[in-house]
Amino acid sequence: MITWLWSHVNALLTTLARLVRTPVATLLNVGVLGIALALPAGLYVGLANIQGYARSLAANPQLSVFLALDAGDADVAGTETRLRGHPGVASVRYVPRDEALTQIKSRTGLADVVDSLKENPLPDAFVVQPRDATPQVLEQLRDELRGWPGVAHVQLDAVWARRLEAGLKLARLAVWLLATLFAFALVAVTFNTIRLQILTRREEIEVAKLIGATDPFIRRPLLYFGAVQGLAGGLTAWAIVAISLYWLNGGLADLSQLYGTRLELQQLSARDGLSLLLFSAVLGWFGAWLSVNQHLARLDLR
Amino acid sequence: MISFSKVWKRYPGGLEALRNVTFTIAAGEMVFITGHSGAGKSTVLKLTAAIERPSGGSIIVNGQNVGALRPGAVPYLRRNFGLIFQDHKLLFDRNAFENVMLPLQVNGFERREAARRVRAALDKVGLLAKEKAFPITLSGGEQQRLAIARAIVHRPAILLADEPTGNLDAGYAADIGELFRSFNQVGVTVVIATHDEALAARLQPRVVALKAGVIVT
Ligand SMILES: Nc1ncnc2c1ncn2[C@@H]1O[C@H](COP(=O)(O)OP(=O)(O)O)[C@@H](O)[C@H]1O
Ligand SMILES: [Mg+2]
Repeated sequence: MITWLWSHVNALLTTLARLVRTPVATLLNVGVLGIALALPAGLYVGLANIQGYARSLAANPQLSVFLALDAGDADVAGTETRLRGHPGVASVRYVPRDEALTQIKSRTGLADVVDSLKENPLPDAFVVQPRDATPQVLEQLRDELRGWPGVAHVQLDAVWARRLEAGLKLARLAVWLLATLFAFALVAVTFNTIRLQILTRREEIEVAKLIGATDPFIRRPLLYFGAVQGLAGGLTAWAIVAISLYWLNGGLADLSQLYGTRLELQQLSARDGLSLLLFSAVLGWFGAWLSVNQHLARLDLR
Repeated sequence: MISFSKVWKRYPGGLEALRNVTFTIAAGEMVFITGHSGAGKSTVLKLTAAIERPSGGSIIVNGQNVGALRPGAVPYLRRNFGLIFQDHKLLFDRNAFENVMLPLQVNGFERREAARRVRAALDKVGLLAKEKAFPITLSGGEQQRLAIARAIVHRPAILLADEPTGNLDAGYAADIGELFRSFNQVGVTVVIATHDEALAARLQPRVVALKAGVIVT
């Protein structure tokens, strides 16, 4: 039992020693694996975020009512009164065109652009909170408001959100397809790494067998190598995704102030991250296993 | 301990390396397998360690029929032996210490105990001061002694050596001979394939002489 445990510890130490002994090759391999895994993992996080955003929109539907650009104070006052008096409307917030422009000016880097405009291109707008959030009622309300005089455009975020969700289903499928492709790449890279290891360690393997090494003794470090390399690739991918999201969130902070909502991309959850690590380690092990089966047999050892 | 009974070995290509070979080696004996180049000496050692399989007859080592072993049992048979190969088979990307460590790793020794045994083996062959040296930097005699240290480090009951003094000058060969004598004196069975007559004269072993695959004495 102790001997068995020792043989595993030794195999793992041997593996780590080999990884450290060829730092450049190790870094390159782990880098390639990390990037290959970061792509589907990043898309996955992106989708999860868009999905969460779409859900929050769908759960909290708002109508944006934009007036015509040439609408005067009377139109604004009239529309506001009609909206407040409408039985289907819970609350109304008025966003004057000048306020919208100052916001853009102060919160984005577009001050110069805004200043260069001859006139304000933004319309006056109302943000309407409906009493009833069922899709049909919302769409009816939208169609009704559209017909009002002075109203140029009515936007229903919830409908857009639902369409988005349908699109997301497709995108998720694409992510899984991509993940499968990159999983294949990971297996292929590991397969080749292990093949090279077997070729360069040919003598060592031969001598070990001649002095009584069992097959597991010879295979174990190679399998560990695949698993450890895969795991390192998974960790790298996780780090790439985390750092990218951190940067993106920095940029988003400005943007979200502009829209008055909190836009923040969520990181990969601990559960998803650990799944990624497990997934990459298992794939690495599998690639090594395929390679070992294929190439050890070819060495024609006695 | 080792017993060949009517053993035939035909290599692919039809060449008969051994024909009807029968002999027995008892525990604690020192035996030389002698004969000219091509007589079949190496083949005897390879068959004993299951590196080659006999075409006919039976080979019994420690009560096990070597020719009929399943592949999974071969490694455990080989651990009974200390093998010294004609071409050393030292690993040139490892230093002396690591080379001698290999059999203990194969046998699953704990590291500290293994390190202690490696030093004992290197000390025995007079290479303790060179434990960090790589084989390429060692002389022919030192390489041979390193190969011997690797063969004895796990304290096998049987030592199989193929031309251990093959290309060494007389002084080195005498040293190596004395090493084998000392192992034999502590009870190790020593089987040496050689055509070195000076070594035979020195150690006075029992001789199994081969000529073109047939025993002649
Ligand atoms: N793997 C092999 N394939 C074919 N012929 C071989 C092989 N190994 C040895 N032989 C032949 O078998 C004969 C005995 O070889 P060997 O046992 O190595 O002799 P020795 O060690 O006495 O010089 C030789 O003629 C040799 O050419
Ligand atoms: Mg020979």
